Amino acid sequence: MATIASKTAAMDSPLYAGRRRRNAIAKGLAFAATIFGLGWLILILGVLLYKGVGGLSLAVFTENTPPPGAAGGLLNAIMGSIVMTVLAVIIGTPIGVLAGTYLAEYGRHDKLSSVVRFINDILLSAPSIVIGLFVYEILVAPMGHFSGWAGAVALAVIVIPVVVRTTEDMLTLVPDTLREAAASIGLPRAHMIVRIAYRAAQAGIVTGILLAIARISGETAPLLFTALNNQFFSMNMNAPMPSLPVVIFQFALSPYAEWQKLAWTGALLITVTVLGLSILARSLTSARKS
Amino acid sequence: MSEVALKGASAPAAASASRAAVLRRLRLTDTIFHGLTRGASLAVLALLSGVIIALIVGAAPALSTFGFGFLFDESWNPVTERFGALAPIFGTLVTSFIAMLIAVPVGLMVAFFLTELCPKVLRRPIGIAIELLAGIPSIIYGIWGLFVFAPFMQEHVQPLFINTFANVPVLSTIFAGPPYGIGMFTAGLILAIMVLPFVTSISRDVFDAVPPVLKEAAYGVGCTTWEVFRYVVLPFTRVGVIGGFMLGLGRALGETMAVTFVIGNAHHISASLFAPGTTISASIANEFTEAVGDLYTSSLVALGLILFFITFCVLAMARYMLMRLQRQGGK
Repeated sequence: MATIASKTAAMDSPLYAGRRRRNAIAKGLAFAATIFGLGWLILILGVLLYKGVGGLSLAVFTENTPPPGAAGGLLNAIMGSIVMTVLAVIIGTPIGVLAGTYLAEYGRHDKLSSVVRFINDILLSAPSIVIGLFVYEILVAPMGHFSGWAGAVALAVIVIPVVVRTTEDMLTLVPDTLREAAASIGLPRAHMIVRIAYRAAQAGIVTGILLAIARISGETAPLLFTALNNQFFSMNMNAPMPSLPVVIFQFALSPYAEWQKLAWTGALLITVTVLGLSILARSLTSARKS
Repeated sequence: MSEVALKGASAPAAASASRAAVLRRLRLTDTIFHGLTRGASLAVLALLSGVIIALIVGAAPALSTFGFGFLFDESWNPVTERFGALAPIFGTLVTSFIAMLIAVPVGLMVAFFLTELCPKVLRRPIGIAIELLAGIPSIIYGIWGLFVFAPFMQEHVQPLFINTFANVPVLSTIFAGPPYGIGMFTAGLILAIMVLPFVTSISRDVFDAVPPVLKEAAYGVGCTTWEVFRYVVLPFTRVGVIGGFMLGLGRALGETMAVTFVIGNAHHISASLFAPGTTISASIANEFTEAVGDLYTSSLVALGLILFFITFCVLAMARYMLMRLQRQGGK
């Protein structure tokens, strides 16, 4: 009885009340912060849907970007984006997967790996506009003109670190007993990696590639002065090439209502693509886990 | 191993010869594959060195013309070909500072909510939603900022700030001038929204790594949830959380499109946060394709070099801290 009485006395003490009050305030703030964070997501997606859906029509996918004041679509921009993205993935994925393989399989603990890992992490978050400048210096300036190739290379430079990182992470998750079992039946290391480790980490590596595609399909800054832009439909990789993000940039900053409307539609398309890809990537890995 | 097996085998010569051929082929493919992977990882190194070298070469004309004064010169005049990086550097630092000022406390509190308070069912969906926020391309933030957020700031938020602080000595200068909507303040706020998910997801990851025993012990002596977070979780994860901030800062410093839309692209330094300004990345994005003359282009590349140097330092520090935490956790 005495202890209970003293306990309730302690609970009524100003010190305890103050602690409880502080706790309640902190919890309230945390809740508010979460609402705040989620609010932006809903707000941005909401506005995007509201402004973008109105402009959505078949013409968007079948007609090229219009001159100011006329109606049109985004066909050339969409095709340009797809072509450059595919090329970037074709260039970047093999390098990324192989480098990730070295980090996880051959040189897990050696000096070179720790340096490459560090450098890769820097590349992963390096400002994309700097990548654009880099490709401008090595490709556009020597060639003397902007080109689709330069755009694809700039995007590939962004793909590589993403793929390196996920490949390494996923291969590290493959249990060593699998490797040992393969080695014990005399399988050389390269064959063990290709036939056993890659197969076990397949879903994860694909996830990495999907995330890389999601990342580059919205990238604008590295394309601004590599692929530049093109008002017309062009599949010529040696000429300036339009892309969805750059067209959005140009159209959104223009004073023409039609262009602005197309910019919103393009923005909606990109966002749906990017979010779709990242949700797909996520479901791939979570399906593997369960 | 295989050699030993071969010597021990008393199989017919033909079989053993074909076996040796197979083994040779296997050994060859193994060596080639090893070489390929090693080459690819060296390519990653070459890539970074290439970026640095290309930027230095591109920036050389500007740097040799202006010298170190480039860093401290506010003027940016394409006509007289006099360029200085002070205004973009100032803009980059100020907008990133505003972004971090907001994103850090909010991000920490969201991570606190997600790890300690949130019901288990909601934890994953909310976490994913916050990460989706990180996946939205920056151009979307830009177009949204220009057409929705900036007008809102112009009509509601900025007049409120200007009127409220009109008679407060320092704040009246910081929040001065006509409400343009666009400007440093708006750019900083949009950056804050972009950085928030980074800070949140890294903080959440490091908070999750705190051994439950520590928290249980603290609860056991009667700590409140907040006290456990403030005095146990935060000190324990300090290094990782700061690493996460740095990563967010790296993104804020280099962010291009979102800022380019709303910064106003004016090469001068103003005491008022509502004034239009510019950042390094926005200057490059806006002017690079229109730059006439080698010195102009080179000055923009020099800006890129400065940006790369700053972000490199910040990111290196972030990685170092996160790595230190990993090693600590691995013990």
